[in-house]
Amino acid sequence: MSALATGAPIQPNRPGVTGRISDFLWKHPHLLLLILLGPPVLWLGIIYLGSLLALLLQSFFSIDDFSGLINYEFTLATYRQLFSDANFDIILRTVTMAAAVTLFSALIAFPIAYYAARYARGKWKAIFYLGVMLPLWSSYLVKIYAWKLILAKEGILTWAFGKLHLSWLLDAWLSLPIIGGNSLSVSYTGTFLVFVYVWMPFMILPIQAALERVPGNLIEASSDLGGNPGQTFRHVLFPLALPGIVAGSIFTFSLTLGDYIIPQIVGSSRLFIGQAVYAQQGTAGNIPLAAAFTVVPIVIMGLYLWMAKRMGAFDAL
Amino acid sequence: MRSDRSASAPLPLKIAAIGGLAFLHIPILLIFLYAFTTEEKSYQFPPPGLTLQWFAVTWNRPDVWAALALSVKVATIATAIALVLGTLCAAAVSQTRFFGRETISLLVILPIALPGIITGIALRSAFSMADIPFSFWTIVLGHATFCIVVVYNNAVARFRRVSGSLIEASMDLGADGFQTFRHIILPNIGTALLAGGMLAFALSFDEVIVTTFTGGQQSTLPIWMLEELIRPRQRPVTNVVAMVVVLVTALPILAAYYLTRDGDQIAGGGK
Repeated sequence: MSALATGAPIQPNRPGVTGRISDFLWKHPHLLLLILLGPPVLWLGIIYLGSLLALLLQSFFSIDDFSGLINYEFTLATYRQLFSDANFDIILRTVTMAAAVTLFSALIAFPIAYYAARYARGKWKAIFYLGVMLPLWSSYLVKIYAWKLILAKEGILTWAFGKLHLSWLLDAWLSLPIIGGNSLSVSYTGTFLVFVYVWMPFMILPIQAALERVPGNLIEASSDLGGNPGQTFRHVLFPLALPGIVAGSIFTFSLTLGDYIIPQIVGSSRLFIGQAVYAQQGTAGNIPLAAAFTVVPIVIMGLYLWMAKRMGAFDAL
Repeated sequence: MRSDRSASAPLPLKIAAIGGLAFLHIPILLIFLYAFTTEEKSYQFPPPGLTLQWFAVTWNRPDVWAALALSVKVATIATAIALVLGTLCAAAVSQTRFFGRETISLLVILPIALPGIITGIALRSAFSMADIPFSFWTIVLGHATFCIVVVYNNAVARFRRVSGSLIEASMDLGADGFQTFRHIILPNIGTALLAGGMLAFALSFDEVIVTTFTGGQQSTLPIWMLEELIRPRQRPVTNVVAMVVVLVTALPILAAYYLTRDGDQIAGGGK
């Protein structure tokens, strides 16, 4: 008792260097925390946040039109340039594409997630899980390449439409303004298909997680009370799945906003935000404008995340 | 009365679900078919004939081997860094309570939550401002930054299940902190770290956007692939490489799945 009262330890101090270090850390938990947290926070703070802030800072500089050198004075001129008609078109086009991709991803992902959450059991559950995880993780470029094969003029889609005697339908689609083009691989339709294919898997798992928390008897109660499947979906299933859909849409929306490789390989010559950033920092050498362009997805995603958080989407992640 | 939970799904749902999965897998299977095609100049379907010769041609291409070797080297070192930093961070967040824990989670997730092009261009302009020449190490630096989150996520999930009383029991029985780490914590979180490491490896092995900004003259396998996509030189070789990449990236995913599948049954985990 007296030992406790004086604050002396019950056990003798541990022998050896490691023992002493261990004892010291046990008595100073803040130091232990500092040692654990120090390296990762320093790494991310200096390398990542540091670079990010340096980049954002540059968006307040401008480029000298004559010399092409960066003028290190605070100005909003670069932002004025960002909202010029041509650049604003790029932003609008990208956001529209991201919204369309998100909507269609949700439409395709929902049945898969619902089936996996409610009906798949045992072996089938594992098959569904791996069936989503394998395409999700398989190589991004290989997936784009696969679609280059599919969308090519001599590729499988043209062949399939021909076999089904539907070539006229494909031609009619391609002759549409804006979404059409010479062939699918140089049209917005092609870009859209590849975007949906590449980012849709990210939508499935959050929706599945949200649906798994919906008790099955809730659905049964709804139909017992006279709701037809459409009403049950609208009033019970959809509201409960919404946080999952919003969580998934964070990925599809953000990934589409920043992508520059897909529209470069499959698409028309009109730029998306990612391509504009790439062109401005590379060939044009206009780092301030490139930096200002990167602010757009950051701001949009900031707003989006804030809204998602209010809808409780983070619990479904 | 409770109705049967295993009632079979309505047919339209079944069709939509299976169709959705088919949409995900058919393009990848098509890659496998094209690796054997005899057609060299176009993406003609159906292939006019099948051959194995492109595997031999690819085998003898030094540029493919060099790109593969660089990718493996970068992924290995980036994974090692991510393992150390991600585990430290996960231990701090899950084993202790401190002000700003939420901020730390956000900080770790940020590099993959923001579009890759932002990470890429931010690192690039920082490197050129600091006069750091682009090299093997700048690629590793970029990759490790966004790989931390994968290890962190896996480790945090497992730490939550490792019972705190196990650690206290070990300390009460006289083990010091290092012994507890080696004999109690490490065996418990080992498979989660292995799974996280494999996913980090797969992520780094496949990364292209950040690499285009942080790499110099070297080309990793994805960069090689991107160049072939923009300016095709020998399409059949690209087909074969694409197929091999699909197979190679599938392995860590399957392994990670089997490693974390039984994670719930850990001694003391019920506490």
